[in-house]
Amino acid sequence: MDHQEETGLPLDGNAAAGLLGELFAVDVTAAEITCGMCGVVGLVGATRVYGGPMGAIFRCAHCDSVVMRLVRTPAGIWLDMRGSRRLLARVAP
Amino acid sequence: MPETEIDISARKRLAWRVAEVGKIIDETPRVKSLVLDVPGWPGHRPGQHVDVRLTAEDGYQAQRSYSVASAPESTHVILTIERIEGGEVSSYLASDVQAGDKFELRGPIGGYFVWTVAIGGPLFLVAGGSGIAPLMAMLRHRAAAQSTIPALLLYSSRTFEDIIYREELDRLAARSDGFKVVHTLTRRQPSGWTGGARRIDHSMLANLGLSANARPRIFICGPTSLVESAAQYLSDLGHERNLIKTERFGPTGG
Repeated sequence: MDHQEETGLPLDGNAAAGLLGELFAVDVTAAEITCGMCGVVGLVGATRVYGGPMGAIFRCAHCDSVVMRLVRTPAGIWLDMRGSRRLLARVAP
Repeated sequence: MPETEIDISARKRLAWRVAEVGKIIDETPRVKSLVLDVPGWPGHRPGQHVDVRLTAEDGYQAQRSYSVASAPESTHVILTIERIEGGEVSSYLASDVQAGDKFELRGPIGGYFVWTVAIGGPLFLVAGGSGIAPLMAMLRHRAAAQSTIPALLLYSSRTFEDIIYREELDRLAARSDGFKVVHTLTRRQPSGWTGGARRIDHSMLANLGLSANARPRIFICGPTSLVESAAQYLSDLGHERNLIKTERFGPTGG
């Protein structure tokens, strides 16, 4: 399966797991994100993702607002979560 | 609140590892499986993927994601690659690659599109083209675990010759352990073909007889159009959105 042949079509948030894994200690694709616009809770893996290995825009599967942006630059990895209210990672206690 | 059975456990930072190509299996005219040795491979769960990174002599790098097609019980990591016209990574991996070649790989990654026998069933898989790969990992795992969890695969291919893992799927179905496969061929059907002969649609899904009341775990993987339409039809048929997991890979395939 070839996820990212520059089609311009969105992928599932799960496809950005590698990029997320560079920043987070837990698997964030299985975490729950609350959309800042519509308030719907969904798994990060089920968001719509635009982008590729260098960066990704995550959009709410319900209302299509941007919930998260993640970009790798020479300066480092940028994470912009203005579009989400909260992220819940159900880690073992 | 979405329903999730996924363990989220802290783990080590993703590391690039060197994979060496062992056997190369010709699956169809356009698809190859690469049987890889990956020293230090930490194991995976069925449905997870890896990132593959190729580096040219001038330092140029290209990176793509591929699903793991092998079961966790297998000693090798198997990737199944469809050659995409103009695809700079897939054209190497599905055409030029040779046994003994090495490339970088990191993973496993992605805990969202995952099924294990511990999650339970029934299991309902919908594949288009090379989207079968992560679903095959689930079916191989199910068989290796000697599970009798009811499992149904609806698999859309262009032609009979394009069906990936055709003989292995037949063998798995012949075990009579609760697994059934239904094929549909969208472009051309051999004479005497008794399977489906069109794209996956609402009536095809409705006629499979899989009741939403049984709350099957549904995994759909394939081209964007197939994934989105199948997910919508299944939702219309009463399946809970939280039980439908999707993995799109663009406009090609199926």
